[in-house]
Amino acid sequence: MLNRIGLSRLRDLYDEVPDSLLRDEPPSIFPGLDEAGVTRIARERARRNTPLLCFAGGGAYEHHIPAAIWDIASRGEFYSNYTPYQAEAAQGSLQLTYEYQTMIAGLTGMDVANASLYDGATAFAEACLMAVRCNRKSDARRIAVARSLHPAWRAVARTLLNGQGIELVEAPLDDSGRADFNYVYENVGGGFAAIAVAAPNYLGGMPDLEAWRALADREGALLVVGINPVSLGLLRPPGEFGADIVCGEGQPLGIPMSGGGPYLGLLACKSRYIRQMPGRLAGRTVDTAGDTAYVLTLQAREQHIRRSRATSNICTNQGLMVVAATLYMALLGGEGMRRVASACHARAAQLVEALTAIGGVRRAFDAPFFHEDVLCLDRPVAPVLAALAEQGILGGIDISSDYPELGNALLVCATEMRTEADISRYARTLREIVALRQRAARNMEPDDSGQSA
Amino acid sequence: MTRRLIFDVSRPGRRARAQAPAAESAASADLPAELIRDRDAPLPAVSELDVVRHYTRLSQLNFSIDTNSYPLGSCTMKYNPRACHRLASLPGFLDVHPAAPDASVQGLLECLYELQDMLATVTGMEAITLAPMAGAQGEFAGVAMFKAYHHARGDHGRDEIIVPDAAHGTNPATAAMCGLKVREIATGKDGDIELEALDEALGPRTAGIMLTNPSTLGVFERHILEISRRVHAAGGLLYYDGANLNALLGRVLPGDMGFDAVHLNLHKTFSTPHGGGGPGAGAVGVASSLKPFLPVPFVEEAEGAYRWRTDSPDSIGRLAANGGNIGVLLRAWVYLRMLGREGLQRVADHAVLNANYLAVRVAEEGFDLAYPERRAGHEFVISLKALRDETGVTAADFAKAMLDEGFHAPTVYFPLLVPECLLIEPTETESPEALDALIEAMVRIRDAALSDPEAIRSAPHRMPIRRPDEVLAARKPDLAHAPALRPRASTSDEA
Repeated sequence: MLNRIGLSRLRDLYDEVPDSLLRDEPPSIFPGLDEAGVTRIARERARRNTPLLCFAGGGAYEHHIPAAIWDIASRGEFYSNYTPYQAEAAQGSLQLTYEYQTMIAGLTGMDVANASLYDGATAFAEACLMAVRCNRKSDARRIAVARSLHPAWRAVARTLLNGQGIELVEAPLDDSGRADFNYVYENVGGGFAAIAVAAPNYLGGMPDLEAWRALADREGALLVVGINPVSLGLLRPPGEFGADIVCGEGQPLGIPMSGGGPYLGLLACKSRYIRQMPGRLAGRTVDTAGDTAYVLTLQAREQHIRRSRATSNICTNQGLMVVAATLYMALLGGEGMRRVASACHARAAQLVEALTAIGGVRRAFDAPFFHEDVLCLDRPVAPVLAALAEQGILGGIDISSDYPELGNALLVCATEMRTEADISRYARTLREIVALRQRAARNMEPDDSGQSA
Repeated sequence: MTRRLIFDVSRPGRRARAQAPAAESAASADLPAELIRDRDAPLPAVSELDVVRHYTRLSQLNFSIDTNSYPLGSCTMKYNPRACHRLASLPGFLDVHPAAPDASVQGLLECLYELQDMLATVTGMEAITLAPMAGAQGEFAGVAMFKAYHHARGDHGRDEIIVPDAAHGTNPATAAMCGLKVREIATGKDGDIELEALDEALGPRTAGIMLTNPSTLGVFERHILEISRRVHAAGGLLYYDGANLNALLGRVLPGDMGFDAVHLNLHKTFSTPHGGGGPGAGAVGVASSLKPFLPVPFVEEAEGAYRWRTDSPDSIGRLAANGGNIGVLLRAWVYLRMLGREGLQRVADHAVLNANYLAVRVAEEGFDLAYPERRAGHEFVISLKALRDETGVTAADFAKAMLDEGFHAPTVYFPLLVPECLLIEPTETESPEALDALIEAMVRIRDAALSDPEAIRSAPHRMPIRRPDEVLAARKPDLAHAPALRPRASTSDEA
């Protein structure tokens, strides 16, 4: 081939590169492995990840993933195809995306959904940016956000909003773990493009969407609601409460936990806001023969057309995760999703009951929860979680530093995957750890004679 | 052709029985009644077979790398080795909760740490963040770090990013998201940046410049060292859009060219799958001056133990709910471990060889190279302006006809500078026979355009659909199947 194009050495291919830049020796990484060799190392590494019985949620959940999902999603036609800009060569992905948008719209009770964003946190950030653009009644460049919304979502939103000078103002927790927006309006004043809450929220509880819709109407703000899609198998969707923009983490829809990603950012809205929506959208149209066809549409919003005036710099969506989520929703259906959601709630209720029967463990809030709840311990959470991990249990998430106002706070979760035996094992182990540490603490105290016991 | 939606397959009461808990849980009594749905979510009611058959059939309507060549410029559609998918899907990796303690995920963290290390080495940068979930997020991270760097030095007047007119659309969009103004500069007739235009744009307001090299025109920016010197002398920084790193892997290091930040599209050069539009991953490498501003979290090593580092006082902050698209990162790790040191240059050499072979051959067949006097990188641009003037067949028509030939269309009308252009990138994984077949197809289409232009102007003819009406799609957006959203009776009666 070289000869065919009139060159004698591979190095000649770089004859326009300054000599000082061109390397004869490659940079020094590991020598290459054959497939058997890399398989050996990968398996050894995977084995060194200790499996833990999972009672953690906080935005990533262990659910059953039907076998068909990744069998289909791993087909080369879904796995190795490109963004469907050439609609004629991508009708499968485009129709699937249209079905996905329909299912997410249906699940959330909204008019339209986009073809997905990176994850729940970036979906929330984009929802905030979108709200600022959509709110015609106000040119406010700040958002009132519930502190009960995921701390990482708030952190990502701050990173992404910072550049455009948009501010997040946090509404504190009230006694029931809900957001106190009245406090914000009384103390910070009005002038918010949107009020943002999550339902259920990061602490597992349910906000009063009706009240926040009324407040938003009164103050000329949009209502942004973060969701967990599995909960919507059971719970009334935010669309029925008049949400303007809905965002969420789609990981529970058939996507493995994978240490934190790739996940799936959900975004849905009222149809009047479509042209301010970021990200890809699939639409239905007809072809020149008059037959149904699917395309990416409203691309004038996007960076490859509008460049610096685009709604967002986002280029990709999480296409393969969309395949998984679509298959999940189709396989489960409305009834299956209700069963999963109900089972999650039932297991979580059992878990909370079992754990709060232990001395020194109480609920942080006396309020309904979906499948996670905050427990307050009478001692720091981190050493307790470490002791549980030694017994093979991921006991939840230590949220004490994210929510210092809650003291020693532990966020626990149970999905439909946890059995009664799992819950008993957690409760038994926690009881032993607590008792052991109480004994140890007693042993540390000097007795009356001044000698250690 | 009519195709059914999954909603058309749906029958009330039908369900994939094995997929949901067999027992009904009735324990929602403690939830306030007004929070509970009064009817099930409007989702399809179908069996597992219905689902498998419907989506398998849909998949068969797609082109994919596994079935077709994709000479799609700037997108690097090369083969995604199956081992990457298989090994990243080991249960030991998939079943990890993001809150799992570091001690329980040492195997995963070691892979990520090695990936950081390998990417730093192949880019010549000091440190890497794996957090960005796509190239565009990597760009955001890079430009946000530029801003943070200038601010940390008390240099608050730098509010402009210089972007060549040939740049990817994400570059100006990213600058805008970071709250910076975009200064576009012209590309010269030879495909290189005009240094006079650069000098005019540079000044005390320059935060930095975003460059792709080779540029989107497929040619190496020959003045890169001079550009780097001038931008740095003006107090600005250089950002490398790594979309085209495939052309230089192992041969030229972005760090050597003077770049301060680099993003890598792992779904391009490092062969992770495109997945129909994502998930990607956009790891970012930085020079030591930008290291304090790296986004969190990143993986650290101390005394043989690995941990997520989440606190870093000067960080630009968090970009993802967790540590990024970890499953994608693992695939890139497998790819790089298989490629190894000796494979790095093979990637670039063969990618550039394939592109040059193709460029020489299509020129011999009478196609017009946009930059005939330049050496092609891993991709090259041809202009179909002459063909259009003679026959009325446009670049878009030509691209559609390529679908009929079984090739994915090249990138069309990008870069915007060249009229009626096709941007062609064969990648290193296509064989010489596949390249010859591509040339033959292009010649056939060109000949058909000359003899029967209408046949090409109405292409494609052999795909699942004819050309879609995109104007209608945008004028009357139909983004969800309305009948599926209408409330309906509960489906709890089992059929």
